[in-house]
Parts: sequence; structure tokens; C-alpha cells
Amino acid sequence: MIRMRTIEISVGAFVLAGILCLVFLAFRVSGVGVGSTSGTYTLLAKFDDVAGLRVRSKVSLAGVTIGRVAKIGVDSELGEAIVTMEINNDVKNLPIDTGARIQTEGFLGGRYVSLSPGGEEKTLQNGDTITNTQGAIGLESLIDQFIGKMGSK
Amino acid sequence: MLRYLRLLGQWALDWIGALGRATLVWFWSMAGVPQRDDLKLLVKQVYQIGVLSLIIIILSAFSIGAVLALQGYTQLARVGAEESVGLGVALVLLRELGPVVTGLLFAGRAGSAITAEIALMKATDQLSSMEMMGVDPLHRIAAPRLWAGMISMPLLTLIFNAVAIGGAALVGVDWLGVDQGGFWGGMQDGVEWWEDIGKGMIKTVLFAMVISWIAVFQGYDSTPTPEGMSIATTKTVVYSSVAVLALDFMLTLVMYGEFK
Repeated sequence: MIRMRTIEISVGAFVLAGILCLVFLAFRVSGVGVGSTSGTYTLLAKFDDVAGLRVRSKVSLAGVTIGRVAKIGVDSELGEAIVTMEINNDVKNLPIDTGARIQTEGFLGGRYVSLSPGGEEKTLQNGDTITNTQGAIGLESLIDQFIGKMGSK
Repeated sequence: MLRYLRLLGQWALDWIGALGRATLVWFWSMAGVPQRDDLKLLVKQVYQIGVLSLIIIILSAFSIGAVLALQGYTQLARVGAEESVGLGVALVLLRELGPVVTGLLFAGRAGSAITAEIALMKATDQLSSMEMMGVDPLHRIAAPRLWAGMISMPLLTLIFNAVAIGGAALVGVDWLGVDQGGFWGGMQDGVEWWEDIGKGMIKTVLFAMVISWIAVFQGYDSTPTPEGMSIATTKTVVYSSVAVLALDFMLTLVMYGEFK
């Protein structure tokens, strides 16, 4: 019969090991706290086509991930998609004429929003809308265009 | 014709009866008011069920993680996407393999032990003598095992996942030479805290409840003979494994399915 003390100590170590594994999974594997420590602010952007973009898709600036897509809605009157993005607080002072494009990661990869800063002095504030946008260019439409050109020759 | 109908009816009634008894066992074990000694009993069961399962969990986790990395690498390297191996392994482990394999091992290692122990207590009339002494066996025997199962299995799953990902990193990064940044960075980019880890943990808690419930009930409901004991132990392993796999499919459908 093992003594109660040994049992209690090993159970304590077991629970501790479980918690340490949770911490490992949280920080090392899921990357909690990477880049989102300082909170976020919201920007909106209107696109004519967001096909393939998803909630939680990346928002990047010069190739660096600075936020995530929080919501994708639609403006049925104008026929535009409204994308709500959460941008990390440490990326402030984006000029008001910042452009947003939907791009594809790799050749067939997932879609993401790529921001490119403009030159204005005034900056985008929480809740502002980016108007200078370019929607998704699907592989299909590129092929369409290509075939159209070939056909017209 | 009528005979077969009668057999079907008998079987259905038996089944419903067993389900009712099982529910009662679970309910009365859980409903008991905690007493001072309960913590000691619980700690002892966590030791029996959890700590002693650690070795099999760690060994299996390491080999599963290593094999996943090896297989994933060979396939992904063909299309030049070997850096995705970290993300792929992590998602598969956190969402499916971690909870399910831990569940199956837990059923085999701990569930069968619980059933055998309780069935032997029943066969040697220990349970009825407890009742004679005014000790409720559900409270004294069943409740600590049910709780210990529900505490141990999520911890075991966490350890399983961490060790398996460690094994995958060892094989992928240190041995096959996948770029370290791509391996961990891709993982951190793709793995979501709640979507992957949280939902995996919900799965594992539900599996733990089902397995320890089946194990305790089969022990309680066994025929008090050597043969009855062996049947009960077998039933525990078979029923828990099937329940874990079926439940996993349903949970995946509800959690990650496209239709709502």
C-alpha cells in the first residue's frame, strides 16, 4: 500500500503537469497573446467582391499581420460587401486614404485583406471606413479574361 | 412470428430498464452531499485513474505525434508545403485525435479497472455489507470514481496533445529539417484558442463523463459471478469505445459542421 502522502504529491504533480500543458498549448501552439496584447480598434471597408474572404482572415500591412476580419456584412442597396476589421492598437496613424485590397496567399491559398497606406496627414480613427478598395480577383475571372482575349485575337 | 416479436419486446424492455438503472446510478452518485472524507477518496481515485495512466498516454502521444509528422511531411513535401506539417498535426490532434485516442486508451486502461473493481466488490458482497453498515455505496464507491474520471481525462488529454505536438516537432523540425519558424508560426497562425483547443476540451469532458459512467454502471450492474465480471469488463471497453467514436462524430458535426 502506497502512503497517502506519495499519492497526494503525485496527484498534485499530475494536475500541475496538465496546467503546464494547457499553458504550452495556449501560448506556443495557438499563439494567444501574440500581437493582440494591446487591444484592437475597428475599421470598416467596402468591397465590390469579397468572395473567399472569411471571418478571422488576416489583415496585413506590408506583409505583416496587424489584425483580423471580424465581420462580413452586405449593403444590399449598393450591392457592396462591408468588411469589419479589428486592427491592433499598436498600428495607429493609418492615413485616411489608405487602400485596401483583397489578395490571395500563394497561388490557391486563403484570402486576406492587404492595406497600403496613402499620403494624407489625417488618420483613420476607430469606426472609420476605407473607401479606396479593390475587391477579390478570382482565378476564374482571370481565366475568363484570358480566354476572352485569346478569343478576340 | 409472435415469438420473435416477444424477444424484441424483451430486449427493448431490458435495454430501457438498464438505461433507467444507469441514470439512477449516475444521478444518486452525483447528488450526494460531499463529506469530509470525500476529498481523500477523490485524490486516491485521481491517482489510480489519472496518474497511473500517464505512462501509456505519454508513450502513445509521442508515437502518434511522430508518425503524423512523418506521414504529413512525406505527402506535403511533394507539393513543397512541408511547413504546413505543424499546423496540420496540431489541428488534427487538438480537434480529433487528442480527445478520441485519450478516450479510447482511458476506457481500456482505467474504465476496465473501475468495472472490474466494482464488480468484484459486488461479487464478494462488499457493497451489500456497506449498505448494512449504513454507508451508501453510490456515495462511497461510485461518486469518487465518476468525479475522478471527469478530472483526470481532460488533464490527460492536455498532456497527450502537448506531448504529441512535441513529438511532431522533434521529428519534423529536428530530424526532417522543417524550418522552425514555419512550423511554429504556421501553427500559431492557424490554431484558434477557442475554436480548436476549447472545443477539443469540451469533447474530452463529455467523453470522460460517458466513459466513467459506463464503467461504474457496468460494475454495478454485473452478475456477481466470475463470468459476469469478465462480461462486464468487456462491455465497458466495447461500449465506451463505440460511444466515444459515435459521440465524436456527432460533436464534430455540431461544432464544425457547415449546416446549423
